[in-house]
Amino acid sequence: MTGLWEWITDLGNSKMLALILFMSTFIGVVIFLFSNRRRAQKFETYRYIPLDDDDSHREPVARRDKTKSDEQ
Amino acid sequence: MSQAATTAGAAPAASVASTEQYNYAIIKRFAIAAVLWGVFGMAAGVWIASQLAFPFLNFDIAQITFGRFRPVHTTAVIFGFGGNALFATSYYVVQRTCQARLFSDSLASFTFYGWNLALILGVLSYTMGITQGREYAEFNWQIDIIILVVWVAYFVVYLMTLLRRTQPHIYVANWFFMAFILATALLHIFNNLEVPVGLFHPHSYPLFSGVQDAMRQWWYGHNAVGFFLTAAFLGMMYYFVPKQAGRPIYSYKLSIIHFWALVFLYMWVGAHHLHWTALPDWVSTLAATFSILLLLPSWGGMINGIMTLSGAWDKLRTDPIMLFLITALAFYGMSTFEGPMMSLKSVNALSHYTDWTVGHVHSGALGWVAMISFGSLYHLIPRLWNVNLYSLKLVYVHFFLATIGIVLYITAMWVAGIGQGLMLRAFDQYGNLAYTFTESVVFLHKPYVVRAIGGGFFLVGMLIMAFNIAMTVRSGIKAEAREAQAASAEARTA
Repeated sequence: MTGLWEWITDLGNSKMLALILFMSTFIGVVIFLFSNRRRAQKFETYRYIPLDDDDSHREPVARRDKTKSDEQ
Repeated sequence: MSQAATTAGAAPAASVASTEQYNYAIIKRFAIAAVLWGVFGMAAGVWIASQLAFPFLNFDIAQITFGRFRPVHTTAVIFGFGGNALFATSYYVVQRTCQARLFSDSLASFTFYGWNLALILGVLSYTMGITQGREYAEFNWQIDIIILVVWVAYFVVYLMTLLRRTQPHIYVANWFFMAFILATALLHIFNNLEVPVGLFHPHSYPLFSGVQDAMRQWWYGHNAVGFFLTAAFLGMMYYFVPKQAGRPIYSYKLSIIHFWALVFLYMWVGAHHLHWTALPDWVSTLAATFSILLLLPSWGGMINGIMTLSGAWDKLRTDPIMLFLITALAFYGMSTFEGPMMSLKSVNALSHYTDWTVGHVHSGALGWVAMISFGSLYHLIPRLWNVNLYSLKLVYVHFFLATIGIVLYITAMWVAGIGQGLMLRAFDQYGNLAYTFTESVVFLHKPYVVRAIGGGFFLVGMLIMAFNIAMTVRSGIKAEAREAQAASAEARTA
C-alpha cells in the first residue's frame, strides 16, 4: 500500500496517473450512458429542455420586409 | 422568406412576461456590447491586414502601428465581441433552461461593467505600448486582477443560478458554459503568474522562463481556443440550433460523449504550437496524438448539430439565421479537421511560422465563432426586446458577405502560408537557401491584399448587422414606450 502511495505521489508518474484517471472516467461515462436502456431513454428526453420553456414573443411590431407570406 | 423564421419554435405570446421572470436587462447590455466590440474589433482587423499589405498605413504613428494594433484587434474580437456574446448567451441559456431568474442582478451588472472596463483599459494600454507580450493574454498585471475578480463573480452568478433551477436536469449547454468558466479561470490564473516590478508599475516578470514559460503560454493559448472559443460556443450551439430549428438536438447521448471527450482531450494539445523547438520531443508527440484524437469529439459535435436539421433541411431555404448556425457548424468541422492535420510534426514543419496558421485561426474564428454568434444574436435580440428583426433580407446580405469574406480570407492565407513555407524551405543545388526572406515578403503582397479585401467583406457584413440590430432595438424601445403610455392611460381611465 505504501509502495502504491509512493508511486502516486511521485511527480514523474503524474502523466501515467492522469491518463489512467481520465481514460477510466471517460470509459465509465460511456458505459454509464449505454449500459441501461431506460437510463439512455431518460437522457434522450432531456433533448426537449430548450423547447419546453415558453418563448413569449410578440407579434411583429416593426416590419420592413413585406413579403407574400406576411401579407397572407 | 417569412418573419416566422425569426420566431421558429416560438410559442404564442405568453401569459407570464419573460422580462419579469428573467433578468433580460443584463443580457441586453452584453448583446449590444458584443455588436459594438464586433464592429470595432473587425475594423481594427481590416486596418492591420491593410497595414501588412500596404505598410505606409502605419503612418509612423507609434500608437497605431501593426505591433500595437494587433493585440487591440485580437482582444476586441475575442474578448470584446466573443466574450460579451458569451456572457449574453450564457446568461440567457442558463435562465431559460433552468427556468430560474439569474442570481443577483447587481453581481451580474458588476460582471458587465468590470469585463468591459478591463477590455477598454487593455486596448488603451496596448496602444501606449504596455503589454505582457503573451499572445491573447497581453493585459498587464493590474488588469489581470480586475479580470480575475470579474470572472469569480461570473462563476458565482452562473453556479448559483444553476443551483436555484426548477428543472431537475442541467441541460448540456450549461455543462459547456460551466467548463468554459472553470477552465478559463484556471488558464487565466496560471498563465498570469507574474512578479510585478512595482505596485504602481504596469510591467511584471513572468514566474517561469525559457521553454517552461513557452509551454505555459501555449498550454494557455490552445486551451483558450479549446474552452473560450470552442466549448463555450458549443454551449451556444446546443441551445440556439435546436431553438431556431424548432427541433430537439439530434442525440443527447452524443452530446454527453462530445462534452466529456472534448474536456478530456483539449487540455493536452497545447504543445503542438511548439513543435521543433527546445520542448522535449515526447511532449510534442503527446500533443500531436491528442490533437488527432480530438477530431472524434469535434466531428461528433458537428454531426450532432447539423443532424438536428435532419428531415427539415428546407429551413435552410427560408431561414437565414439557420444558414448562419449550420454554416458555422460546417466551418467548425473544417477547422477541426485542419487543426489536427497541422499538428502533425511533418505538416507543422511547413505550416508553422507561416500565414497558414493565421488562415486556420480565422477559419475557426470567423467561420465558427463569429457565425455561430451572429446566428445566436439574431435569434436572441428580437426576443429580448420582444419584436421581430428589422429586416431578414439584411440578414441574408450579411450571411453572403460574411461567407465570401471568409472564403477570400482563408484561401489567400493558404496560398500565402504554403507558398511562404515552401520558399523558406527551398534549397539550391549547393545547399544554400533558394530564396531570401525579402523575396518571400514580396511574394506575400498579393495574398495580403486579397486577405484585406476578404476582411473588408466581413466587416461590411458586421456593419449591416449593427444597423439591423440598431433598428430592431429602436422598434423594441418604441413599442415598450407605447405600451407604457397605453398602460398609464388605462390606469387614468380606471
